[in-house]
Amino acid sequence: MTDRPGRAVCPLLIAAAVLAGAPAAVSAQLAVRAERLHTVSGPPLDSAVVIAGADGRIAWVGPAAEADVPAGAEVLEAAVVTPGLVDAHSVVGLAGALNSRAGPVRDQDQLERSSPIQPELRAIDAYDAAETLVAWVRSYGVTTIHTGHGPGALISGQTMIAKTRGRTAEEAVVTPARMLAATLGRAVSANFESPGTAAKGVAMLRAALIEARARAERAQAGADAGEGGGESGSPPARDLAAEALGRVLAGELALLVTANTVTELAAALRLQREFGFDLVLDGAAESYRLLDEIRAAGAPVVLHPPLSRVRNGSFETAARLADAGIPFAIQTGFEDYVPKTRVLLWEAAIAAANGLGRRRALEAVTLNAARILGVDGRVGSLEVGKDADLVLFDGDPFEYTSHVCGVVIEAQVVARGCR
Amino acid sequence: MVSHGFQLPAFVTALAVLSPALPAAAQEAAHVFRGARILPIAGPPLESGVLIVRGGAIVAVGGPDLPTPRGAVEHDLSGRVLLPGLVDSHSHVGAVSGGDDSSPLQPDVRALDAIDIASDSFWRARAGGITTVNVMPGSGHLMSGQTVHLKLRAGARTIEDWLLCDDPLTDVCGGLKMANGTNSLREPPFPGTRARSAALVRGLYHEARARMAAPDGGDRDLRLEALAEVLAGDRIVQHHTHRHNDIATVLRLREEFGFRVVIQHGTEAWKLADEIAAAGVPVSVTVIDAPGGKEETLDWSPRIGAILEQAGVDVAFNTDDYITDSRLLLRAAALAVRNGMSRAGALEALTLAPARMLGLDERIGSLEAGKDADFVVLSGDPLSVYTTVEQTWVEGRPIYDRSRPEHRRYAVGGYGVYRRTAAEQQALRRLLAGEAQWAQGVQWVQ
Repeated sequence: MTDRPGRAVCPLLIAAAVLAGAPAAVSAQLAVRAERLHTVSGPPLDSAVVIAGADGRIAWVGPAAEADVPAGAEVLEAAVVTPGLVDAHSVVGLAGALNSRAGPVRDQDQLERSSPIQPELRAIDAYDAAETLVAWVRSYGVTTIHTGHGPGALISGQTMIAKTRGRTAEEAVVTPARMLAATLGRAVSANFESPGTAAKGVAMLRAALIEARARAERAQAGADAGEGGGESGSPPARDLAAEALGRVLAGELALLVTANTVTELAAALRLQREFGFDLVLDGAAESYRLLDEIRAAGAPVVLHPPLSRVRNGSFETAARLADAGIPFAIQTGFEDYVPKTRVLLWEAAIAAANGLGRRRALEAVTLNAARILGVDGRVGSLEVGKDADLVLFDGDPFEYTSHVCGVVIEAQVVARGCR
Repeated sequence: MVSHGFQLPAFVTALAVLSPALPAAAQEAAHVFRGARILPIAGPPLESGVLIVRGGAIVAVGGPDLPTPRGAVEHDLSGRVLLPGLVDSHSHVGAVSGGDDSSPLQPDVRALDAIDIASDSFWRARAGGITTVNVMPGSGHLMSGQTVHLKLRAGARTIEDWLLCDDPLTDVCGGLKMANGTNSLREPPFPGTRARSAALVRGLYHEARARMAAPDGGDRDLRLEALAEVLAGDRIVQHHTHRHNDIATVLRLREEFGFRVVIQHGTEAWKLADEIAAAGVPVSVTVIDAPGGKEETLDWSPRIGAILEQAGVDVAFNTDDYITDSRLLLRAAALAVRNGMSRAGALEALTLAPARMLGLDERIGSLEAGKDADFVVLSGDPLSVYTTVEQTWVEGRPIYDRSRPEHRRYAVGGYGVYRRTAAEQQALRRLLAGEAQWAQGVQWVQ
């Protein structure tokens, strides 16, 4: 990706006058013209147009010269256009800007401290679509977030995938439950009396997974024996925690394991080998020391934000993962103090400037993130049929001095003006 | 850097060894840095500029026609950008600590007695192009102690080798850290309200004033002596404050006692830009990526630099390291430009403006003949994310050179690069004690 510098004009957001009296366009409502269009799924296109249909999906992508922009469509223009950014892991919407765990307003719902294993906690029951930070990340181009329960418990709860729009979780949601968030290592012991050690934490996780497996097997056996197999004749009470773990064992939910040290990463791979779940490594600060093992396990990595203060973190880890052929995405993660969210663009920029390069950095916050989240059929690239989620820039998206000059989610302009 | 017959002295290999601050020998050869785009800050940019340095000081700055003195060592910096060394007016590197829990008012405590100059955290500063740093105790006290101005000279063995004053027993070597707002509201003996905070501060300043007026000067009192230096204008107050009414309180205290003060953070300073400008009080801003973290910082605006600049307020950007990373101080200026500040103003906000705020602008902050030879060599535009700090020089000697792997590792991080000593973790916990009510857990301290 080579974006031409200069292009001093910032406000390239031009709303073409809708023709007075013209009937509302049926086939299209928005067209975005880019001097340089990064589809991500293919090579960048110079002077190209994306046309969004009334259904919120991309109807057409191609050279501006061939574009047949329907009359009445709003036309936006920008120097550079990318797909809407996909934040591979955040707690925004559960963790708010106020950072208060007590008092009349509490906005730190990413971690429940009453018990270290609570897979039944659903992100959609806590997500605040109106949280300041949701609008904040949206204004910097994030249109899809993987958010929910955060690190700090052995299993803190479920995660969800949402668009950064809407008034309620229902309006925002893409996937109501996508992963279970787990954490290994000493970080858990700061929040709970037990586990007090890293090894105890793994033992507790294994016990929970073994019990869930046994329960699933009993349920299966019961089903095989027919409805009358129950002792009392009525079905047993539902166990929401065990059901959620069962969904992990059945491959319906991935296990997102926050593991930063080599010890923690190796423990995560060991758990995967024992239980065969879909493992997504989260944080992975020292992953550069375990590249072969991670690649062999086929586990994708949701990398900590390069600017996080994680011990032994490196600005070059993203490049190392990419060079090793390990699928990875960049996340903004969780901060317990300041900043309450990081800006995905600028985290990707640090990786881009430290060996990853611009093309791979853009992939790490669009299509590769969407693939790891399992939503690449809808988002992550600019292709016909996918959601019309776009970000407009006045220059290289990663440069600090460039601006986001428009954000579009499913053909709706959700942020205007340059910032 | 292509150097002809010039070898980096062995002292850069570690923090240890070699005598510090060699006397500026008059016979020392001059060094000529030629070819870079020089941004002197004190004047317009110089294309293919020339910087001549001798004995730790700048001899001349000019265009390509500036002649090389006889016997000088030439350095080719073609294609590079040369800036004054960055000045960080608010940092907590070096495992610094200040006052303990015994009192909210501890102006007697000196940061310089606590700092570990071998701390890895200073490498963040070197790798970020920072040459002078104001290391401060935290904000959990109304007065948490005396800050210290440090020049990150090569080969230091004790903190004395980094001071900008001559003698810490007799000289003022830093500022006074003060704070208001929620961080210093704690259990007794700390104040429980904002008004109580102001009353406690006023009471102690009036005591200091009375002692100064006493004919015999009174008995020794380390607290009041420090405040006397403030009242005499020799020690600058570096005042942590976020909310508009807390900022107004700082201005009110300044009016009552006439001290020199810098607003530190000043999250809501953009709401009072005209009042701050009228008072002639500068603001040193910590640029954060998102609003919040606590109630007082919810109204953070990325446009703060531009708004204050337009109002005529002197603006600096600081790292508040560990809050933001010293390696990325340049980024603060870039984000300010993104949000409407002038390029010249933003670069001054990393150099000459913070030098003024520390009272050191006669020595540092710009590239001018007679000033200290503190400078940074950049690979390109200071505001670009793709630009790297290639070299950092203090008083004519290199303290950081990215071409050396043992230095480069500090720019990018990695396994075992930034060790966190027990002392450092403890210092950080104490530093954040005032934030604890908001930042329960603070996992990154672990």
